Amino acid sequence: MMSTIKNIVLIASTLTVTSGCSSLGLGVEPWERDLLAKKEMLLNASPVDSALDDHIYFSKEASSGGKGFGGGGCGCN
Amino acid sequence: MKNITEKPNIKAVLTIAAATLLGTNSLAHAESNTFETEPDEWKFDTAILYYSEADRVSAGEAIFNAQKTFDTEEILNLKLTIDTLTGASANGAVAQPTVQTFTRPSGNGQYQIAPAETPLDDTFRDTRVQLNAQWTQPIAPDYTASGGLHLSKEYDYLSLGINGNIAVDFDRKNSTFSAGFSYFKDTFSPEGGLPQAFSSMLIGDSNADSWDDDFSATRIGSEDDKTTVDILLGFTQVINRRMLMQFNYSYSTVDGYLTDPFKVLSVVNNNGEAQDYIYESRPDSRVKQSVFAQSLYHFDTTVLDVSYRYMWDDWKIKSHTIDSRFRIPLGDSFGKESYLQPHFRFYQQSAADFYQPFLIDNESIPAFASADYRIGEMTAYTVGLKYGMLVNNGHELSFRIEYYSQRPTDAGFDEIGVLKSVDLYPSVDAVIAQVTYSF
Repeated sequence: MMSTIKNIVLIASTLTVTSGCSSLGLGVEPWERDLLAKKEMLLNASPVDSALDDHIYFSKEASSGGKGFGGGGCGCN
Repeated sequence: MKNITEKPNIKAVLTIAAATLLGTNSLAHAESNTFETEPDEWKFDTAILYYSEADRVSAGEAIFNAQKTFDTEEILNLKLTIDTLTGASANGAVAQPTVQTFTRPSGNGQYQIAPAETPLDDTFRDTRVQLNAQWTQPIAPDYTASGGLHLSKEYDYLSLGINGNIAVDFDRKNSTFSAGFSYFKDTFSPEGGLPQAFSSMLIGDSNADSWDDDFSATRIGSEDDKTTVDILLGFTQVINRRMLMQFNYSYSTVDGYLTDPFKVLSVVNNNGEAQDYIYESRPDSRVKQSVFAQSLYHFDTTVLDVSYRYMWDDWKIKSHTIDSRFRIPLGDSFGKESYLQPHFRFYQQSAADFYQPFLIDNESIPAFASADYRIGEMTAYTVGLKYGMLVNNGHELSFRIEYYSQRPTDAGFDEIGVLKSVDLYPSVDAVIAQVTYSF
């Protein structure tokens, strides 16, 4: 339980730091999004590949999720 | 010319079919054949994948995904997944210098394993159908909400799930905070029923009159269930014109039947010789947590995608995953707007605290034990290559081939007697091939 609380505090502080990102000069103006707007710059550029991979690794390893939900879904594990 | 006129018709037919099913008003767009430039259109992704392990499992999986983005920015995503699996899977017992006999999970019949071979049950055969629906829409300026349903059915397994997510954009949409949850309820009704924890596998004459009664005595019921609740918190930040980062924290709690009813442990004597096979037993709850970070960087022409995940749970499993892709555009020389994308993934996990490769006769049985290598210590890596290009009317065609290797390792268990002469931690190697067509 203590480790869970410690982790939540750690994540909350990380979020607080990162939410000050604009004051750090991070980010772009709308007209500077030419590269970010490309499909290959999506965090999940190939959802079909990800879904297939998640199913394989979920059924073959002890870990799941992280990027998205790791939940149940099949009797493969 | 023939292909060019036929392909849009397939899309038109599917669009009409989807519109009819959903009662939406995009029929006119589909019939006008001008949907390629319409914002209010359907987009389809189809893929087939073949997965094959040397001497073990083979699986085929097909995905059909349909997505419609409406004029008002709502997005509907529907996905159908079908997969089929055949082949052999490790039953948990250790290899021996002698022939071993095991009873099939159904109780109907037995199979033999040659000396020095890892015991594999070759009766695995299953077909699964999965349906997902997801609706995403803006609910206020800078606020996006999403909700979804999940259904997966196989011969002996049913999974139902719901999920919800809310995302908030701020700082000129350079930062996004998201929070989501999902809930799954799974019901498992394995053929042959659920074995009594640590009961001995019944081996003998399965045609004998007393067999059915004796087999039933090792069973505790025909089905059980489990529930999974996931919470996911995410933060995405645009760093600059070329770079984007994401950080996630996830908390997942699973309650219910988490044992694998098909897995046994060998009980060996002081010389490592199997005396008995007993069904495994796992705790009825598990709490998993993970932190995940991903970064995308656009060089002049190439794009690097790297992510890292650290997962830990109350079964004392810890894992590290590094996943990376590097997209190299090839211009129009090898197909229109073609690209190559090498992929590398590294995975390492420690063993669950109740994992053990075998049990020793006359020693006390622990509260929980499993010899399933998937919760043992392991390193795995994947190397792959994807090649994609644009074909007729801007449709995307891609091919992917990957090699996946699992290397289970010894977490410090003493190998006694005859077990020194057999492979207790055999590697599993698989080839994955995939074709994707988007239109």
